[in-house]
Amino acid sequence: MSMTTPLLDMEGVHKRFVLHLQNQTVLDVLRDFSLRVLPGECVRLSGPSGMGKSTVLKLAFGNYQASAGRIGLRAADGTAVDITQASPREIVQLRASAVGYVSQFLRVIPRVSALDVVAEPLLERGPDGHPLMELDAARAEAGRWLERLRIPASLWQLPPATFSGGEQQRINIARSFIRTRPLLLLDEPTASLDPLNTSTVIELILAARDQGVGIIGIFHDPEVAAAVASRSVAMQAPSP
Amino acid sequence: MRDPHIHFAYLDERTKRMIRRAILKAVAIPGYQVPFGSREMPLPYGWGTGGIQVTASIIGSDDVLKVIDQGSDDTVNAVNIRRFFQRTTGVEVTTDTTAASIIQTRHRIPETPLREGQILVYQVPVPEPMQHLEPLEVETRKLHALQEYGLMHVNLYEDLAHFGQIATTYDYPVLVNGRYIMAPSPIPKFDNPKMHMNPALQLFGAGREKRIYAVPPYTSVESLGFEDHPFSIQRWEQPCGICGARDSFLDEVITDDQGGRLFVCSDSDYCAKTQAAAEQPGTAL
Amino acid sequence: MSQAPLLRVRDLRCAYGAREVVRGISFDLWPGEVLAVVGESGSGKSTLLNAVAARHAPVGGTVEFAMREGPDGAGELADIYAMTEAQRRLLARTDWGFVHQNAADGLRMNVSAGANVSERLMALGQRHYGRLRAQAADWLQRVEIDPSRIDDRPDTFSGGMRQRLQIARNLITAPRLVFMDEPTSSLDVSVQARLLDMLRMLTRQMELAAIIVTHDLAVARLLAQRMVVMQGGYAVESGLTDQVLDDPQHPYTQLLVSSVLPP
Repeated sequence: MSMTTPLLDMEGVHKRFVLHLQNQTVLDVLRDFSLRVLPGECVRLSGPSGMGKSTVLKLAFGNYQASAGRIGLRAADGTAVDITQASPREIVQLRASAVGYVSQFLRVIPRVSALDVVAEPLLERGPDGHPLMELDAARAEAGRWLERLRIPASLWQLPPATFSGGEQQRINIARSFIRTRPLLLLDEPTASLDPLNTSTVIELILAARDQGVGIIGIFHDPEVAAAVASRSVAMQAPSP
Repeated sequence: MRDPHIHFAYLDERTKRMIRRAILKAVAIPGYQVPFGSREMPLPYGWGTGGIQVTASIIGSDDVLKVIDQGSDDTVNAVNIRRFFQRTTGVEVTTDTTAASIIQTRHRIPETPLREGQILVYQVPVPEPMQHLEPLEVETRKLHALQEYGLMHVNLYEDLAHFGQIATTYDYPVLVNGRYIMAPSPIPKFDNPKMHMNPALQLFGAGREKRIYAVPPYTSVESLGFEDHPFSIQRWEQPCGICGARDSFLDEVITDDQGGRLFVCSDSDYCAKTQAAAEQPGTAL
Repeated sequence: MSQAPLLRVRDLRCAYGAREVVRGISFDLWPGEVLAVVGESGSGKSTLLNAVAARHAPVGGTVEFAMREGPDGAGELADIYAMTEAQRRLLARTDWGFVHQNAADGLRMNVSAGANVSERLMALGQRHYGRLRAQAADWLQRVEIDPSRIDDRPDTFSGGMRQRLQIARNLITAPRLVFMDEPTSSLDVSVQARLLDMLRMLTRQMELAAIIVTHDLAVARLLAQRMVVMQGGYAVESGLTDQVLDDPQHPYTQLLVSSVLPP
């Protein structure tokens, strides 16, 4: 696997929203956007809100559809896959092996305990068709992560729906870092966290970087950005 | 004495031909229910009209007829049917199982083993073994055609689950010739083994339901069961109170109003013969 | 991972007399994939499901299923409507499951839960009562029904329990493809959550492929990786579930997504 093959290669990407319900209003959020991310890099997307920072992350994850351009992700075998042309099945495979997305909000599923939410990525099947770990081992590992992020053990068996924003975010982070992908997309990972937990997250990001994980992040806190980012990309309104 | 004003065996010849065709088809496909044009008979439905129509279609003037009902030659049903055939055919009648060429029976198989050349005609109330589980005939026909018999085992499973044993004691379903599941008519399960590899021809007639089916001589007839709960027959602790037989199906007879009871052979002919043999040892049955 | 799809649907058309209700739907389904078919009443989604599950003959197009054969597990794609009825019925009993919206439609209400769950095994020739019962009890536990209720009839069960029983009855033969028609729509909300969680877990554990018809977008998001949006018999949009829900392109999809009230 070549170390110079980018983990993400966005080239000439346009993103246009057509709001059919609002009189066909057209929103051009990105125009001719390009970005390349290499292993070990942490790219900060900066700029005022509404400039399309989250949109870039969602496009990279395949959550949004690009209106034009190409988005290349490096697959597990080293080849680049253009997700604008890929089938849903291929994107699902890439999400399992190539790219992870840490959204700002935890999407809560009823009845699943915090421990199991964090353990779930370890139970997913790897390329050989077997889950990475057995249930008990996965839960033990999840427990270690929850501890590291200072979630009290009394909460581990509860579904996170009633947790505070900060607690939910920490669970989200634990779940995303417990099994890292080569490319990690972080959307405001420390937004609801206190200084202690913020520094833990910084440690996690730096550790991931050291392992060669490529990161694109939106950090509202300039101190966090300074601590983790290797470079910055300033987002501006697309020129008409 | 034969009544000359009635056609031989009551049915007209065309009807007999139709029924014989159905019988041939039934014999060619053991256990398969063949529809036939059941006629109005001088007895109502539920009184053996199916069996009577089968017998009427195969009986000839040189046949010897025995008619039993629950093993007995003397009950009202047996007596009436026997008299019907005497009146319409004039054939010789008998109570002796070994002497008969045709035996029409309601709900029992004679204890005395049958031999080649004899015909046993069963009276059948409900020919479809899956009737109470699947009331739609369109569906049961499909199940038979596709050999989808899981439902029959569901029924047996339910019995085991609720009663600890398979509670069906009569009309116990059987697999004929390894292909069709058949309702053998409400004979006690005690009699089921007698159907297997029987040298005689076994014909089944259901008048109300308008079906005929058959088990040709020397055909395999297996009673359904589970590996760990196989089919088993009834057993009695006592012998017959009249003849002393230990190997026949016994009826329980209440003898007085103090709870006195007697177990007696259901097959009256067999009982009489066993009794006679016991009194005169050496007499062949 | 096998290269061939498990199910291939091409230009499927269904009609009730002159009225077309499914107009040229095509998709492939791979092992382990869950596809949600969403739409409002009259969109044709239930008819589509029934046509793919061989319960309603289409007037055009093909439905092909990879039969369970070959050393690598992936068999030839066979046209299900070219098969004999016997083959189709066997398929429906072994390799397919069908979960009805109303559990009573998918159960025998007059026999015990244990008999309901083990019927498929008996139909396949299993004849050991003790083992049948043990397997049934095991599955009851997996769908969170107290195994002591194995001899009770489903008419003594609550709606949620009946639905879980239906699922056990279908999954005991480890089918590769399960069809579900609004599996949670007739249940109370709290009961729905339990059932959805169970379906999520079971589809993952057993690597089931599934086609789920639902009008509930939240169910689609929770259970399905892929989604098809139907309107008036047409597939107006399809793709990755979260993409269709978060970045809807078609006007109807946008209407659907924006119409859902958040709690």
